[in-house]
Order: sequence, then structure tokens, then C-alpha cells
Amino acid sequence: MDIIICAKHVPETAEAELKIDATGKNIDKTGLVFDINEWDDYALEEAVRMKEKQGGSVTAITVGADDSDSTLRKCMARGADKAVRITDPKFNGSDGFAVAKILHSAIKNLHYDLILTGAQAGDDGSAMVGPILAELLKIHHVTMVKKIELGAGVAKVNRELEGGLEEQIEVKLPAVFSVQTGINEPRYVSIMGIRKAMQKEIKVMTLADTGLTENDVGPAGSWISIENMYVPPVEKQAEFLKGSPEEVAAKLTDLLKAKGLI
Amino acid sequence: MRDITFEMLTKARELAAKTGSELTAVLLDKNVKQHAQALAEYAKVVLVVEDQKLENFNSETYGRILTNLITEHKPMLVLMGHTSYGVELAPRLATALNLPLATDCIDMTIESGVFKVTRQMYGGKVNVSSVARKAETYFATVRQATFAPQKPTPPENGQIIKIQSPLAEEIEEKRFIQYVLPPPGGVDITAAEKLVGVGRGIKDVANLPMMEDLAKTMGAVLSCSRPIVDKGWLPTDRQVGTSGKTVKPKLYLALGISGAFQHILGMKSSDLIIAINKDPKAPIFSFADYGVVEDLFKVVPALKNKISEVQTKKV
Repeated sequence: MDIIICAKHVPETAEAELKIDATGKNIDKTGLVFDINEWDDYALEEAVRMKEKQGGSVTAITVGADDSDSTLRKCMARGADKAVRITDPKFNGSDGFAVAKILHSAIKNLHYDLILTGAQAGDDGSAMVGPILAELLKIHHVTMVKKIELGAGVAKVNRELEGGLEEQIEVKLPAVFSVQTGINEPRYVSIMGIRKAMQKEIKVMTLADTGLTENDVGPAGSWISIENMYVPPVEKQAEFLKGSPEEVAAKLTDLLKAKGLI
Repeated sequence: MRDITFEMLTKARELAAKTGSELTAVLLDKNVKQHAQALAEYAKVVLVVEDQKLENFNSETYGRILTNLITEHKPMLVLMGHTSYGVELAPRLATALNLPLATDCIDMTIESGVFKVTRQMYGGKVNVSSVARKAETYFATVRQATFAPQKPTPPENGQIIKIQSPLAEEIEEKRFIQYVLPPPGGVDITAAEKLVGVGRGIKDVANLPMMEDLAKTMGAVLSCSRPIVDKGWLPTDRQVGTSGKTVKPKLYLALGISGAFQHILGMKSSDLIIAINKDPKAPIFSFADYGVVEDLFKVVPALKNKISEVQTKKV
């Protein structure tokens, strides 16, 4: 079974205080740690597990700058056999639609039985690339995937609805599955895996290799373009309790006591 | 029908009025009667497609019908909820019809035919104003609980028009099989008066006992945000948020939870919300009543001790 996983190299921002950069259209990325997009990490794990069970190969593909090599090496260290990076300065400012077109240009020439992506990226949260890629490839897709059961030419897939409910869909393969976090438990990278990955070659493609034109990518090839990025205005704000941890603990305790909660 | 439907209709009415357009609602179902009327109170026209095959959501069947309707009616704007169904259907439909799509929008404007949206990035830590490439038809998915629903007075009394379903046969290549209910959990967090919620900020499963200890001392139940369940540190019955449970306790103490929107939706109606987080700009502080910007590993033990003291004094 040949599986392709689409990975994105993103900054870790869950616990960082973000500032807007000089362009006013992006965050200041100095000091931020970059890693594989959390959702894609789950997709990678799912792909490697399937390969271990069924045999075959896993190819990791990313649209990103040179520094996204570290994400591709991590994919290979975790079990991906091949890696492809598609890089070009003309891609800057691409939205999910443009990125899907770029991925499509490379993937359409590869053999695959299954394509896995993350349900969304932690940076833009658009949740678009998987389904768009499926439409361009003219194959089926399922998003918000929590469980995949492969059959002969079909897959039974659980997808997440709201409130803890799921629905089960049966879909013909090949297909694109966009996986949700929690579908599995990603393993740790082994030292052996890292060593092997360092020796593998990453295939690099540019705009010229994709067969796309400048108008297909970047802002010109996108559905939407960012005009301005800003920290949301605070309409309502909590009353902040100040002081040393002990002082704050005392204030909180008094507060809870006054409200009859303890 | 979910709240998002009426939230979208309210915003759509505003956009329709501003652009001199007509608002049409589309309903796809196996039995439309009960819902069509509710939509007609908001929309000038309600197009209903009634078919047995539409009983359960299926992006293929729904997609085909909407493709026909959008191609025929050429609306200026198509809105859909940014829900599990919306993310399954909208991107594919937009690609097939070549409509610029903006997802998870928290605001939208159309001025002189130019479509602009506001959405969030980086887990709600920043907003972006974006513009769509010029098109005859724009498409947007709308975030839940963002626009306040407001039933028009007097109600619109829209025209309900039945449309023949273009679906001839069952679609075999992608089929709905069944719903899967969440496993029965041991703890019902919706019944708890006090909750201590833990998020990514607790850093390691080894730190859970410290949090459980605080919860116990306070007479609270331990709950969590999604990442904690994804990592397998707590079971799904403890999860608060759109993909978990919605809670309204007397007290919600959030430890190391940044406040991504999906989580906020699950707890914002709590009577008293206290948040402890290292990041002064964490979105949760816009929803909390009281906030502490501090390392939770310093505050939690101190808090546990203080509360124990108070309780010992009581006795």
C-alpha cells in the first residue's frame, strides 16, 4: 500500500505570546520553535502504522521553505520512506487553495493508494487543503477522521461530529483522509530513525517543476489574501490578581470563600 | 436545526439589506415540513429539496444538489456553518464551482462587490482581515456562536419553494453507515458544581496528580481541554469543548488552558471563571472573570495549601 502524507512545517504557538511583525501581515517568528503541524503528526503516525501492517511505502510531501527539511527528516525518522519538498519564493502568500494546487501538481504523477493530511493546520486553521486536493485529483475524501478500517478497495472511516458523536462512512479508495488529533498516539522518534533519516535524500521541486504558472500560486492563485493581521481587541478582560504565588493563592481563596464555593 | 443556522441567517439578512440582495435559505432533508417554516421566518425564499437519500449528511449527495442550485441561481454569497459537515462539504464544492472560499469567518462584508472577511489564526491569538479575489459568487463558512441570532419582527414570511431532487440513484462510492455514540463514561462532568480544567500548560501526565489533588481539596471534579484527551492523559468523558461536553458549573478554574474557541464554547456560560496561564494575552482571559498570569506550578500548590487551611479552620 503506497501512502502519501502531506505535512506542514509550522511554529509552535500554543504557549507563546505572539507579536505582529513589521509587515503587519504576519507574526514575528523570532524565537519560535518550528515543528510538524500537530494534525499532520497524527496523519504521519497513522500512515506508518498502516505501512507496518500492510507493507508498502510512505512518502511525505511538504510545500514550504528550506527550513521545512527538518519536518521532512522527522517524517522519515518516524518511518516515511521518501520525502519531497516543493519550494519557491513565488509560493509566499499562498492560501489553502494555492497550496492544494501545488501539492496536486506533484502528487498526480505519483502512485498512491491513500493520501493522509491533517484536518487543519495550527497556524491558519483553514481546514481546506485535504478536500480541495481530493477534488483536484477527482477522488473521494473524508475529513475529521478518527478511525480508519481498510478493506478491499474501500475503507470504513469514523468521522468526528460535534459533542462526542461520530458517524461512520464507507468510501471507495483511493481517497484523501484528513485526520483529527487523537486518532492515535504518535510514537517517539528513535535515534536509529534519526540516523537513517539523515542519510536519505529529500527530493526538491520548484515552481518550474510543477507545471503551474505564477498566476496559479501566491496571492494571484489564492482565493483569499491577508491584508492585515492584528492581536484581537480585548472587549472584556478578566480582573487580574497580582502578587507572589502565595499572595495570589490567598486572594483566590478569599474570593472562593466569599462566594460560598469552599 | 442548530443555532448556527439562525446565527448565519441573521448576519445574512444584514448583508442582504446592505447590498440590496435577496436572502434565500436552502434546506435538504428527507422530511422538510417542520424546518422549512422556521427558515421562512428569516429568509425571503426557502428552497427545499426533499428526498429519502438526504436523511443523513453526505457530502456527495448534498454537494451535487448545491452545485445545481448555485449554478442556476448565481448568488452573490453562499454561507455554510463551519461545522464538521461544513468542513467536509465547502472546500470541495468551492473547488468544483471555482468560488473563492473563506473558512471559519468571524465577520464578513461586501462593499462594491468586494468580499472581505475576518478570521483567526494561531488558535485565536491573532485576527486577520482578508480579501477574496473578485468573483461573481463568494463562499464562506461561518464560526458558531459568533453572530447573535435575531428573529425578525415581524417574521419574514418567506416563500417556500419545493425543488425536485436531481439525484437519480443512490451514491455507492461514499455512503453513510451509522452514527457512533461516545462510550459511556464514568464521570459526568456536566453534573459537577465545580470543575478544575487542565490544558496543555500542565506539560506532562506526571503533573496530573497535583491537579487532581487541588480539585479534590476544593471539592471539584477534574476536566480538561482536547489536547489532554488526544494525548491519552484523561478519558474523553472529561473533555470540555465543541467535540466534548458543554458545562455550566458554578466554578470553572482553568489551569494552563489558552482558550482556543472550541474550548471556550464548551465553558463560557460557567458562573465564575478563573484562569491561570503564563501568557498574558491568552484568549481565555477575555472570558474569565478573574485571571492570574503566573506559572501554574507555583500557584497550584500554594492554592491547595490555602484552601486546606480554610477548610481545617471551618472544622
